[in-house]
Amino acid sequence: MTDEDVEMTEENVNTKRRLLTIATTGFGLAGAAGLAVPFAGSLLPSERAKAAGAPIEVDISKLEPGQQVTVEWRGKPVWIIQRTPEALELLQGMADRLIDPDSNSNQQPEYAQNPTRSIRQDILVLVGICTHLGCSPQYHPEIGSVTFDEDWRGGFLCVCHGSKFDLAGRVYAGVPAPNNLEVPPHRYLDDNRILIGLDQEAS
Amino acid sequence: MKALMQWIDERFPLSSVVREHITEYYAPKNFNFWYFFGSLATLVLVLQIVTGILLAMNYKPDADLAFASVEYIMRDVWGGWFVRYMHSTGASMFFVVIYLHMFRALMYGSYRSPRELIWIIGMVIYLAMMVSAFLGYLLPWGQMSYWGAQVIVNLFETLPIIGGPLSEWIRGDYVISDITLNRFYALHYLVPFILAGLVFLHLVALHKTGSNNPDGIEIKKGPKGNRWSDSAPKDGIPFHPYYTVKDLLGAVVFMAIFLAIVFFMPEMFGFFIEKPNFEPANPLKTPEHIAPVWYFTPYYAILRAIPSFAGTQVWGVLAMFISIALFFVLPWLDRSPVRSVRYKGPTTRLALGLFVITFLVLGWLGIQPPTTSLTIMSQFFTLLYMLFFLLFPCFSSAGQPLPLFAKGLLAISIFSVLATIVYWWFLWSGGPTFTQKISYTALTVLVLYLLGIKPLIKPELTKTVPERLTK
Repeated sequence: MTDEDVEMTEENVNTKRRLLTIATTGFGLAGAAGLAVPFAGSLLPSERAKAAGAPIEVDISKLEPGQQVTVEWRGKPVWIIQRTPEALELLQGMADRLIDPDSNSNQQPEYAQNPTRSIRQDILVLVGICTHLGCSPQYHPEIGSVTFDEDWRGGFLCVCHGSKFDLAGRVYAGVPAPNNLEVPPHRYLDDNRILIGLDQEAS
Repeated sequence: MKALMQWIDERFPLSSVVREHITEYYAPKNFNFWYFFGSLATLVLVLQIVTGILLAMNYKPDADLAFASVEYIMRDVWGGWFVRYMHSTGASMFFVVIYLHMFRALMYGSYRSPRELIWIIGMVIYLAMMVSAFLGYLLPWGQMSYWGAQVIVNLFETLPIIGGPLSEWIRGDYVISDITLNRFYALHYLVPFILAGLVFLHLVALHKTGSNNPDGIEIKKGPKGNRWSDSAPKDGIPFHPYYTVKDLLGAVVFMAIFLAIVFFMPEMFGFFIEKPNFEPANPLKTPEHIAPVWYFTPYYAILRAIPSFAGTQVWGVLAMFISIALFFVLPWLDRSPVRSVRYKGPTTRLALGLFVITFLVLGWLGIQPPTTSLTIMSQFFTLLYMLFFLLFPCFSSAGQPLPLFAKGLLAISIFSVLATIVYWWFLWSGGPTFTQKISYTALTVLVLYLLGIKPLIKPELTKTVPERLTK
């Protein structure tokens, strides 16, 4: 069929034009969408940013009972705390004040889903970032009445929005944070050295 | 000269644009004090762009160099301290001016038909200002810069499913880092020019409908003919020279105050530049007490007031976004037969007064450390903030029947009040004292009654609007 076969009625011409307009607009939109992918994608974390997450090794031989050490892993603070026997005992009577006392939410590796949320009972390893909006809570090991709690059993207070956590990083009920603090993947290289960033091998 | 103008006018409509928008743009003759702030906002925007470009010539958007480069500007660049304090003071004064400008619109009903688009473009300007201020606050790379950005970007992380990837996309990293600083700088340089474009649209829309005025009367619908033109509104006067001179006076007084701040109290007691920001960013340690800059604190208080529920803290974030979004729909919430507060009834005045108090108290609460008694106070005022908008159709209806959506909003209000009271009394373990619960419950019910129920039982009467402008 050649062009001459088609009668040049207004209807025919308009159909053809409409089709051409739709096709052109469609190609244009597809082109714009295609461009948007690399443009938006260039804002994603770069390969260098992704590679910055190497595991780090921490020596805990000098850690004393009750002491907190903060190290940096993937740009975030990671706390290592040696809990005293009294503190460990107090952890048991906390259940009714916590949202998730049994650590059911996925905030720790499997090997830390236990009453102390740790591999070694006394040593607590936590990512020191509040699960609310990412401030770093403060360590408050004192026990008794403190300014923010009349019956404080030791733990962490996020001063940004008032979230409270116990000495296993479990979140109190009635505060903005919805989840327990995260326990990072970690393993013991020997009695005194922890590697943060790699999971414990299945035993 | 005349030949030159003619040469230009044949190629570009210069004379006619000047006539239409300046020398023969007729504005109502009764503008008062509250009408200074539009032109002052434009002035501050220009100052911000000029000082910002000058700062950019010495600033380095690099996590290792940023903090030191700001100190370099302060100490070693000729006049650097002045340019930087102009910029930091300008950011705060921009919000002072805009809040007063918005209050003017609330009082005189400048958001109402046919000016809805002016109001909406204005709200987009307000949002763009907030984005720009937030981006800029990261640049000095102090402690508050870092942790403020950390908290705000994490707001997006609370969104279900897309939250995590979205916040990584915004940061370009898993934490706030050099990469984030670099892109925030690029965007901070961009947004002011978008703002300038939005201001242009704001003015185009304004000049299409004409300016509102303290009486809320349309001068275009009134009698015609003034001493300059037979077809112009009788109650209008040309923008130039009358309002250009008036605005110039406003600018002089404003600049005197502005420069007094720059010279004598650039930090404004920690409100304009927060004290922890004199310490370089430290990703391992949050400052003892963190709060956003004052112009964000009302929304920050709303964010903190809402507790986590069903395992997520997205509710506080939602409440914060809703509290800003409600401004956008205000033109459709106001059902009053009159426009200006001058002719509205006492309930509307009460509601407007309560809203101003609520905004200020929330602003104060946003800089306080969170304690139980302040949290219940934040919850009460957050509720009040929402009720102002949700009940607006009720108290402004002046006896007209409520449309379906307004009944829906009333139902939502009653539900919210009941839910809050139930939360206070039964769900908040270790919560407020008995006295606090009783007082806040009583106050909440009182507000619901005064703004929502009473206007329906006994509609408030509006005053008669005069035909011509009053003084």
